[in-house]
Amino acid sequence: MAVPLVEMRGITKVFPGVVANDGVNLAVRAGEIHALLGENGAGKSTLMSILTGLYRPDGGEIYLGGQRVSFRSPRDAIEAGIGMVHQHFRLVAPFTVTENVALGLKGGLRLNLGKLAGEIAALSKEYGLQVDPQARIWQLSVGEQQRVEIIKLLYRHARVLILDEPTAVLTPQEARDLYQTLKKMAAGGCAVIFITHKLQEVMDAADTITILRGGKTVATVKKSETSEKELARLMVGREILWQVKKDTTRKGEKVLEIKGLRALNDKGLPALKGLNLSVYAGEILGIAGVAGNGQRELAETIAGLRPCQGGKISVAGQELGQCDPCRVISAGVGYIPEDRLGTGLVPNLGAVDNLLLKEYRNPRWGRTLMNRRAARQWARELVERFRVKMAGLDAPVKMMSGGNLQRLLLAREISSQPRLLVAVYPARGLDVGATETVHRLLLEQRAAGTAILLISEDLEELFCLADRIAVLYEGEIMGLVATDEASIEDLGLMMAGAKRMEVGA
Amino acid sequence: MAGSFLTWEKRLEPSRVMVVIVPVLAVFMALLVGGIFLAATGFSPLKVYQDMLNGVIGSKYGLSETVVKAIPLMLTGLGVSIAFRMLLWNIGAEGQFYMGAFGASWVALTFPHLPAYIMLPAMLVAGVIMGGLWALLPALPRAKWGVNEVITTLMLNYVAILWVDYLVYGPWKDPKGFNFPLTAPFSKAATLPVIAGTRVHLGLVFALVAAILLAITLWRTRWGYEIRVSGESPRAARYAGIKIERNIILVMLLSGALAGLAGMSEVAGITHRLQHGISPGYGYTAIIIAWLAKLHPAAIILVSFFFSGLIVGGYSVQTAGVPAATVSMLQGAILFFVLGGEILTRYRLHFGRKEAK
Repeated sequence: MAVPLVEMRGITKVFPGVVANDGVNLAVRAGEIHALLGENGAGKSTLMSILTGLYRPDGGEIYLGGQRVSFRSPRDAIEAGIGMVHQHFRLVAPFTVTENVALGLKGGLRLNLGKLAGEIAALSKEYGLQVDPQARIWQLSVGEQQRVEIIKLLYRHARVLILDEPTAVLTPQEARDLYQTLKKMAAGGCAVIFITHKLQEVMDAADTITILRGGKTVATVKKSETSEKELARLMVGREILWQVKKDTTRKGEKVLEIKGLRALNDKGLPALKGLNLSVYAGEILGIAGVAGNGQRELAETIAGLRPCQGGKISVAGQELGQCDPCRVISAGVGYIPEDRLGTGLVPNLGAVDNLLLKEYRNPRWGRTLMNRRAARQWARELVERFRVKMAGLDAPVKMMSGGNLQRLLLAREISSQPRLLVAVYPARGLDVGATETVHRLLLEQRAAGTAILLISEDLEELFCLADRIAVLYEGEIMGLVATDEASIEDLGLMMAGAKRMEVGA
Repeated sequence: MAGSFLTWEKRLEPSRVMVVIVPVLAVFMALLVGGIFLAATGFSPLKVYQDMLNGVIGSKYGLSETVVKAIPLMLTGLGVSIAFRMLLWNIGAEGQFYMGAFGASWVALTFPHLPAYIMLPAMLVAGVIMGGLWALLPALPRAKWGVNEVITTLMLNYVAILWVDYLVYGPWKDPKGFNFPLTAPFSKAATLPVIAGTRVHLGLVFALVAAILLAITLWRTRWGYEIRVSGESPRAARYAGIKIERNIILVMLLSGALAGLAGMSEVAGITHRLQHGISPGYGYTAIIIAWLAKLHPAAIILVSFFFSGLIVGGYSVQTAGVPAATVSMLQGAILFFVLGGEILTRYRLHFGRKEAK
C-alpha cells in the first residue's frame, strides 16, 4: 500500500490545564475523503491547527508524503500544500471573488486580475464550484462564500484540504453538491479531511473515519465496515438515545402572534418580507432553514433588538411596541440568542452578574442599593439547580465551556418563567451530553406550558423536539407542517426554496 | 528542530499577581530609562531622584503640596474613569475642568457679597453644571449618531481653555492686576476651608467622598450595574434592555461634572481667582492615572498621590537645573511600560528551549 499523503504520529499538545491532544495518530491517503469525528473538545480542531501550522505540537511527528516536516507558521503549511477552510470564512467582504483569491499570492507587484478571473472560472467549472469571479463577497450566499474558500485552496494547489464543519451552513442540496466537489478533488489526487460531529455527514461523504475522544484517537474505520450506531458509540463512549421522549401536551392559547412582519438585515436589505406565525402555549414551533434566510432577524425583531419595518408582534394578546427590549422582557419573553457569549452573556463578568442581567431591575434586590448577598445566594441556587459547573461565582464566565455557558443562559431565561421562549440554535457547538441537557430543559418548559419558538438548522433536532415545523426561506415561511406528517425530503426542498407548501394556521 | 529561546503562552485567565507587579515594575523601568536620560544629560540620576523624593516627603510643605496637587488629579481621574468604564473615551477632562473653574468663578465674581454657606454650594453647583454641560456637548452627538467622542471632547478642550483666556485677558481681567491674565481675587466667602498651616483644602474631602460614592454606585446600584454591563458588552446590554444612549449621556454628564468639581475646588481652594493656565494638564494626566489604576476608584486615589508626588518632586529638582520636561517624560515612560507590560498579565513567558522530538 502506498505511503499515506499525510501522517501524524503521536501528536501531543498541552494547553495550560488541558491536554488537547494526547498521542494522536492520523493517516490520510491521497484520493480519500477522511472524516475526523468527535464531540466538542475532543481535540479535532487542535489537531488540525497543528497540521496547518497554527500551533506547534509539544510532541509527535508529521509526515507529508513520507517526508518528515515541521511547520513554523501557517505559511509553511500552505507552501507544503496544506489548506484549510475554516468555519468562519477568511474573506474580505467588500472585495470581489478574484481579489480574495489574489490576496496572499506570491509574485511580483504586478497583478493580472483579468487573467486570474479566467483561471478561477476554469477551476470553478472543473470542480463544479459555481461562483461569479466578479461578484463581491458580501453579495454571495454562505454556500457560495464557502466555494470561494475552496477555490482559494485549489488555486494554491493544495494537496491536502481540510474543512471545518463544512455543512453547518448549507442546505441538504448544497451539502450534496459539496460532497460531489470533494469527491472530484479526491479523485484528482488530493487528500480531503473534514471535521464534523454529525454522523449523517460522515455516512454521506467519508471514505475513512478517525474518531477522537478526549484528545485521543479511539479508532480509524472504513465507512463500509461501520454503522452510524457504532460511530456514535465510539464518539461518545456510550449509546445515545436517538428519540427524546416527548409527552403529548394539550395545545394552549395563542401566545405569540406575528402578522405581516417586515424587517431589514444589517446591510439594510429586506430580511423578513411579511412573515406570519403563531406559537401556542405548550408547543414547540420549529423554524427550519439555512442560516441567513432571516432567522437572526426574526429572533432579534421579536426580542426588540431590531426595528420592525411593518406588521405587528403580539405576546399573549399584548402588542409589543417598536424595538424595545425592556418591554419585550417584561411581556415575559425569554430569548436564547445565537451568540451566547457575545449577546446573551457578558464574558468578563461573573455568574452572579450574568444571572442578574434581566433580573437586576427587580425591586426584591432592594430599593436603591442592591443586596449583593441575596443576589449571590439566588445565583448559587440557580447554578446548583441547573448544574452549571464553574470555577466560582465571580470568575469571568468566558472561562466556562460552551455547554456550561448554555446552561447558565438557560438557567437565567427559564428561571424568569417566560410565557414565550425564543431559542436560536440552542445546541449549536455543544457536545452530545450538553445537547441532551438543552433539549431536556426545552421539553420541560414545553410541559410547563411555555410557548417555544425554536430556530435550528439541525433537522434531526427539530424532528425530536418540535410539534410543528415551519421553513424559513428568504424571509418568508415556505411551509408549515406538523412534525408527524413532515418528511425530510419536503423540508429540504422547502429550505432550498424549490417547493412551497400550503401554510396552515 | 529548535524552538525559539523565549516562548509566549496564553494564560487561561489574567494573572492576579501580574496585575499588581506590572505597574510597580513599569515604574522602576521608567525610572531606569529616565535615569539613563538624566545621566546622558550630565546629571546624577541617583542624586536627582533623591532630591525629588526629598522634595516630596522631606518637608511638611512638600507633603502638603503633594496632597494639593493630588486633589484635581483624583477628581478628574475619577471622572474619566467612569466614562472609560463605558468605553466612552472622554479625553476632555481638561476642558471640563476649565469650564468648572469658569462656572464657579462666575458665581464668585457676580455675587461677591453672598455669605460663605451660600457662596460655596452655589460655586460647587455652578462648577459641576458647567463641567457636566461641557461633557454633554460631545455626549449628545455620540449617543444620537455615534460621533466619535475622542475627537469632539479633545477639541472642546481648546475651546474651553481659550474661552477662559478670553475672559482673563479681556472682560474679567483684574483692573488692579498689573495687566496679568487673571481675575480679581474672590471674596473671603468664596474660599474653601483649609487645614491650618497648609494649602490642603476641602477639595480633598470632595475627592474622597466622590471615590466612595463612585465605588458604591458601580457595585451596589442598578445604574452602576448597567454601566459595567454596557462597558463590557454593549450587545449584551442592549439584549438586557439597558438604554445605552441614555447611559452614554448620563455617564458623560457625571464624568464632566467630576472634572468640573475639580476646576471649582482649584479656584476656590488654591488660586482664589480665575487665571490663565489654571491647569497644567490635570485632565490629561487623569487619563494616565485612570488607566494605571485599572479604573478602580480606590486605586485612582493612590495613583493620584503618586503622580502628584512626581509633579512636586519635579518642581523641587528644577532648581538644580533639571528640565521640567523630565517629569512629563517619566510619566510617559511609566504609561508606556504599563501598557507594554499588560502582555505579562495575559501571557506566560517560558525561558529555555522547547523539546520537539
